[in-house]
Amino acid sequence: MQDLEELKGAAEQAIAASSSLVELDEIRVHYLGKKGELTAQLKQLGKLPAGERREAGQKINQLKQEVNTALGARKESLAELALKQRLEQERIDITLPGRRLGTGGLHPVTRTIQRIESIFVQLGFDVAEGPEIEDDFHNFTALNIPEHHPARAMHDTFYFDDGSLLRTHTSPVQVRVMEDQKPPIRVIAPGRVYRCDSDITHTPMFHQVEGLMVDKDVSFADLKGILDAFFKAFFEVDELPTRFRNSFFPFTEPSAETDIRCVHCEGKGCKVCSHTGWLEVMGCGMVHPNVLDMANIDSEKYTGFAFGFGVERLAMLRYGIDDLRIFFDNDLRFLRQFN
Amino acid sequence: MKVSEQWLRELVNPALDIETIAEKLTFAGVELEGIDPVASAFTKVVVGEITAIEQHPDADRLKVCQVDVATDETIQIVTNVTTIAVGHKVPVALVGARLPEADGSIFKIKKSKLRGVLSQGMFCGAETLGINDNRSGLLALPDDATLGMDVREVAQLDDCVLDLDVTPNRADCLSIIGVAREVGVLTETDVTMPTIVTAPVEADDLFSVSITATEACQRYAGRIIKGVDNTVATPEWMLTKLQRAGLRSLSVIVDITNFVLIELGQPMHAFDWDKVGDGITVRFAEEGEKLTLLDDSMIILKANTTVIADDKQVLALAGIMGGLASSVTNTTQDILLESAYFSPEAIAGKARSYGLHTDSSHRFERGVSADLQVQALERATQLILEICGGMAAPTVDQQVANDLQYCATINLRKQRISRVLGITIDDKKVVDILTRLGCEVIDNTEGWSVTPPVFRFDISLEVDLIEELARIYGYDKIPATLRDLKPKIVQAAEQFVPITAFYSLLLSRDYQEIVSYSFVDEKFESLLANGCKPIKLANPLSAELAVMRSSLWAGLLKAVAYNLKRQQSRVRLFETGLTFVNTPEEGLVQRKKIAGAITGTILNSQWAEPERKIDFYDLKGDVEALLNEAIGGNFDFVIGSHPSLHPGQSAEIHKDGKLIGHLGALHPNLEKGLGLGRAVYVFEIDVAEIQQCSLPKCNKVSNYPSVQRDMSLQVNNTVTFAEVRSVIEKNHSDQLLDYYLFDSYSGDGLEADKKSLALSLIFQDVSRTLEEAEVSAWVDSLVQQFEQEIGATFRH
Repeated sequence: MQDLEELKGAAEQAIAASSSLVELDEIRVHYLGKKGELTAQLKQLGKLPAGERREAGQKINQLKQEVNTALGARKESLAELALKQRLEQERIDITLPGRRLGTGGLHPVTRTIQRIESIFVQLGFDVAEGPEIEDDFHNFTALNIPEHHPARAMHDTFYFDDGSLLRTHTSPVQVRVMEDQKPPIRVIAPGRVYRCDSDITHTPMFHQVEGLMVDKDVSFADLKGILDAFFKAFFEVDELPTRFRNSFFPFTEPSAETDIRCVHCEGKGCKVCSHTGWLEVMGCGMVHPNVLDMANIDSEKYTGFAFGFGVERLAMLRYGIDDLRIFFDNDLRFLRQFN
Repeated sequence: MKVSEQWLRELVNPALDIETIAEKLTFAGVELEGIDPVASAFTKVVVGEITAIEQHPDADRLKVCQVDVATDETIQIVTNVTTIAVGHKVPVALVGARLPEADGSIFKIKKSKLRGVLSQGMFCGAETLGINDNRSGLLALPDDATLGMDVREVAQLDDCVLDLDVTPNRADCLSIIGVAREVGVLTETDVTMPTIVTAPVEADDLFSVSITATEACQRYAGRIIKGVDNTVATPEWMLTKLQRAGLRSLSVIVDITNFVLIELGQPMHAFDWDKVGDGITVRFAEEGEKLTLLDDSMIILKANTTVIADDKQVLALAGIMGGLASSVTNTTQDILLESAYFSPEAIAGKARSYGLHTDSSHRFERGVSADLQVQALERATQLILEICGGMAAPTVDQQVANDLQYCATINLRKQRISRVLGITIDDKKVVDILTRLGCEVIDNTEGWSVTPPVFRFDISLEVDLIEELARIYGYDKIPATLRDLKPKIVQAAEQFVPITAFYSLLLSRDYQEIVSYSFVDEKFESLLANGCKPIKLANPLSAELAVMRSSLWAGLLKAVAYNLKRQQSRVRLFETGLTFVNTPEEGLVQRKKIAGAITGTILNSQWAEPERKIDFYDLKGDVEALLNEAIGGNFDFVIGSHPSLHPGQSAEIHKDGKLIGHLGALHPNLEKGLGLGRAVYVFEIDVAEIQQCSLPKCNKVSNYPSVQRDMSLQVNNTVTFAEVRSVIEKNHSDQLLDYYLFDSYSGDGLEADKKSLALSLIFQDVSRTLEEAEVSAWVDSLVQQFEQEIGATFRH
């Protein structure tokens, strides 16, 4: 029994020196296992005189407990150490770039149309579409442009052999809407239009947005109000002076061209506005009574306004694009700038 | 319409600068396109007279001139101008003169020596002075020009030309008097109309007029003038005016008719009377009749064309252009002057159909005032007699309708004005504006009865008058009022997939949207048309833009090729838009499609992922994702046979058995044909077919564990996954929650014509834990079916 203290010292030393859970377990087996040293001590109790057994037994059990506690404590600290090591091992360079799946983007024309739509939808306008190969009636006649009207020369029209044509403006959609719906009407129609013209400032295809509002009491003042609100919202400015000049479109009367103050120089004069301080952006007017009548809407009872503008023009102003033709090159280096 | 400021101010001269006048015109609807000074801002150029010319001693091409510029001594100028002679009046830039050049720099005249001889100035041509004059040589000066006088003054160069864009409704502004009238109204200034004197009648030659094309020609006025001299020079003042109006000088008589056209707006024509047969007939052409025009071109006439003819032949294309045979020449002595009224309907489109557009047709198409014909005839006669001499015969004035100058009276209601414009205009102001415009205005109970002036034949409706009021009153005085808009709650159909859902999906899968032309190269299109006959434009801009696309692939593949050529090796594009196909059943079909084209690696090159080229299944994954947006849709992929696609790597997309799209690898033959040189994968789907979806329907989530069984079956290579799937679907079990293929293998360890497919099957019941035995029973039965139906063998 005299070597219990020695045993204790040796066990404590071994536990403290252990550097892994495996080693620690070996120590446990060495002292506490079935053939362990402390187990052996317990087995030898029987050899002691009866009077000493109790005391010696207690001492061994106490030592067993102490070893167990020391083992537990060491296990915990080893686990902590192991975690620390693991964390250190698992350290990575978080500055390396993440996996890139890549994301695409919308064409600036689509992006602009979506923006325009969202503004007009807030104002209660529906969005309509129409065919691009149109008949002469919807593109011209129903818009108060009879055959051989000089206004047809303002539209360089692409024709097909059967007399149909590529719509030269989105205005035929307003005719189709009026054929299908009765007032009150609030609608915009974005889409592709075609003119037989190609140079630095013209492409044979471009996009327009047509707008139409018909109700019992729609006036030119309302037209100005809606357009004013639209331009401010589109360019995100609180103030954007507009001016309306008299013009001629066979399907509206009175007709107007709308200018906005140059959004680049704020009216001071720059290259974008040809030093005039103003940008021509839209044609508009009150729907001509003939157009309403042709669509079977009583022009005595109802009035309305219509407007139409080029999408590319607004996109160019908003995003600083200086060449119209680049929209249709579909060069990724251009398109990705809008992603 | 080009309008000289000086000419305009002869008629109307408000105390405003030209910019202000132009701005007023612009806001009232006659838009200013530009103001061009007629000459540069040069200084110190005066009238000189050449008094002596000598050959330069040391230079063959130079001459030494003595020039009188009304100073004490003559000055000496060395020049290479060859058209000079002693006695000529020439423009002389004196020492110290500043001559601005086209690029903005200024050329200064200094005393200098040219090959050793002193030169004290320079002779000036029109170009040097920034004058747009098509005559070459030195600027022509009148013979009576005062020596030493500033050339700016002599040639009236302190003038500018307004380039006005006159809209088709404002034909009245296609003349100087029309623009002057408009300026008068806008600036509230009086207008002085040119004085037209009735010429004395000194000859008695008459001619007969027969108008058979009465719907085309309502009035034909004319007269014969005998003994004119067409060889005299057109006076400098008239040349200047014509030139500033943008017209070339031709011969004096033509110049005079052109002058009247610009001044009054009435197109006229002069025939050589000796070359005209008996009488004038205004008739429709006979189909196939021929006429050689003034410009020497021969046209074959169509029967709908109005012509001027004599008893033998067609003389002129009415209202458009005269014929060569009857035109005035240097030897012409007697002329027939024509001043007619042709209706816009008769002229409109005709000039264009012969590839012509003249100052005359431009005006007749838009309408000429019905009261001008005889006035213009008198004006031209007066000028001809003055300049070319001759004796005028009486005017012949044949009118078909006597209501030609009739203008309908229009009822203008006060209430309607405010309803259309949203403002009230003071009654007095209304009357004032309309009166200034030349209307007759009479009060009535609702407002006014208004009769517009004859030259404003564009005004025929109440709303026309309202527009007149608005534009003269000023659009700027109409407020912008944002009206109360009733909210409109749109029933957003949840069973409709908006196009934006497809956009978002493709964007998140790294597709870039493009917008390409709807018309494409016919050859390119034919390679992709799948047997569709191309829809051709009648008047394409070029062969590259000649036929309508039957699919979106033409534009996409062109864009792929464009970007590949620009060092983009990974290209993933999509587009939405209409395609155009003629079908025997439905005729022209315009349908919106969504289509994509991809090539290159699946990911951008990056450190953490191996590089892998895309294949069919990448494309199919994208397409499946699109189809998934249409919840509840019953879609199938069927082996495809689109001729533009790889026969072994293409599929048709079916919805409830109907073909709605294609996908696959582009046919290897096309890779080269379309200039791609590499594998490209494409898809196209009919958008409307994937926009219908079901409402999501919620099922109970099971709380019981699921059981997974894997199996590996060996089948012949020819067995498709669709066949495997159909066996499983046929052995339907309510407890089979899901199944998927997790491996497909062929190669080592398998016979050459075999492949091994590894499936996972997942079972679950919503109300209880499944028992091993029942799952096994179902799997065993499936195994049997696989063996029987597709000859599968199993490895256990």
